[in-house]
Amino acid sequence: MTQFPAATVTEPSQDRTLVLNMGPQHPSTHGVLRLVLEIDGETVVRLMPEIGYLHTGIEKTCEAKFYQQVVPLTDRIDYLCPLTNNLTYCLAVEKLLGLEIPPKAQWMRVLMNELTRINSHLVWLGTHAMDLGAMTVFLYCFREREDVLRFFEMVSGQRMMTSYFRIGGLALEPPLGFFEKVKKFADRFPGNVDEYEGLLTGNPMFMMRTKGVGRLSMEDAIALGATGPTLRGSGVDIDLRRDAPYTGYENFKFKVPVSTEGDVFARYVCRVQELRESIGMVQQALAGMPEGPVKADAPKVVLPDREKMKTQMEALIYHFKIITEGFSVPAGEVYQAVESPRGEMGYYIVSDGTAKPYRVHMRGPSYANLQALSKMCEGHLIADVIAAIGSIDVVLGDIDR
Amino acid sequence: MGLAPAITDVEELKSHPALARLLAWNPPVVQAVKFDREELTVWIEKGSIREACAILRDHPECPFNYLCDITAVDWYPSEPRFEVVYHLLSIPKKERVRLKAKLDGSSPAIESVTSVWPSANFYEREVFDLFGVRFTGHPNLKRIMMPDNWEGHPLRKDYPVEGYR
Repeated sequence: MTQFPAATVTEPSQDRTLVLNMGPQHPSTHGVLRLVLEIDGETVVRLMPEIGYLHTGIEKTCEAKFYQQVVPLTDRIDYLCPLTNNLTYCLAVEKLLGLEIPPKAQWMRVLMNELTRINSHLVWLGTHAMDLGAMTVFLYCFREREDVLRFFEMVSGQRMMTSYFRIGGLALEPPLGFFEKVKKFADRFPGNVDEYEGLLTGNPMFMMRTKGVGRLSMEDAIALGATGPTLRGSGVDIDLRRDAPYTGYENFKFKVPVSTEGDVFARYVCRVQELRESIGMVQQALAGMPEGPVKADAPKVVLPDREKMKTQMEALIYHFKIITEGFSVPAGEVYQAVESPRGEMGYYIVSDGTAKPYRVHMRGPSYANLQALSKMCEGHLIADVIAAIGSIDVVLGDIDR
Repeated sequence: MGLAPAITDVEELKSHPALARLLAWNPPVVQAVKFDREELTVWIEKGSIREACAILRDHPECPFNYLCDITAVDWYPSEPRFEVVYHLLSIPKKERVRLKAKLDGSSPAIESVTSVWPSANFYEREVFDLFGVRFTGHPNLKRIMMPDNWEGHPLRKDYPVEGYR
């Protein structure tokens, strides 16, 4: 055993504390998140997130692709809400181009985006409850999530990596019978949320694990850059869908749930309320869905329909041009922010006037929320770290990119 | 919908709360402005970035109290090579502003804003890791995405997309 020398004590504080490695292969860290904990008995003295295990250099890859080729890459960033990523990217490029989107495409975007939020929140709710020992909720949540994934499959042919939103509109018209199926789901879903709430909200064990745990004050939440339900759980009333409406959110009525306690339970309450608001928006989108095309009338940017391409010479030429040389985007830069299930997701795109983006930067909400984790956990028990990780809803694809 | 041309005249944009506050504080700090696609960009003299951020954060009517993002753009091979980009948001007023600072390519360094917003910590580490821009006064400036012994800064334009083989 000569190659393993005994650890030496270098600082006086190390007499008492022990450094413990949590993750990166630990089911409750929701991916490859590694936390280095300095503990004194059961109490966390210091918490340092170590990230980068999932870094794939997507930002660099984007610089080598045409604008339309970046869309499938965006799915892979925050893999629990692929459509929100698609949306943010497409909105940013459309802003660079100055492109107007037809109303039906906008309403479909809202509908799909809210279904994505439901999908993402269901995964969060199931895994968060399972981390805290409530196994049943996980099974219920994944049952409903399966329905949502089937809707994604119906419109895009893919369950998770959808790439359904394209620059200038949608990839395809929604298939026949799609709206009826979503309507059926939307009518049933509030009852399902009651079911989850019945299992958790009043459950004394769940409350003991979550109330007063992982507290974050309003000042800390803003200073540490927390976002989304983590910020709203600390009493900051901000939701980009209401405050900076995009893709037609100004036509929808919804409440923004805010709680002031700033603990794990407050974030739980915010997210569960959001589930109800989202299904309300799905209902509104279904009721008011306009008729018309789902792609903008911009032949140089939007691929022509298959039928047109096979019958019209001009459409074929445009198709060939877009596929082989892309389309050039006027020089400039935009920062487009969207309220993803986890908070403000922003795409910063710099164009130099060519067909490839000069720089694409993704501002991930999980990356922002992770910085607040140390503040939530220091001075609390190790078991509470698990509750706190679940409550900020990290997605490592979004952090490491 | 066509694109409106960008406005770059300081006088025309004076009414924006962020620009008004910066000009009232110290006009030479503002190097250039641009209002394009409904977004305001202000180029700040690189030595004053921390003070400019602190001034905007403590704006009496419209506090830009939330740091959304810090990133950088590499304009290789032109000089000054790097632009560090700060996106600020005012939570009470829902206003946004983008600050930029230009840095030379030889040894890019700028003052850290971690003392203004603790959230700048990870963002600045990311920019350091991927662009090699140093942030003076940062509490823990080390690589965050790449392994500690990695050579080069992958998001620089002279770094090949496939990496060095």
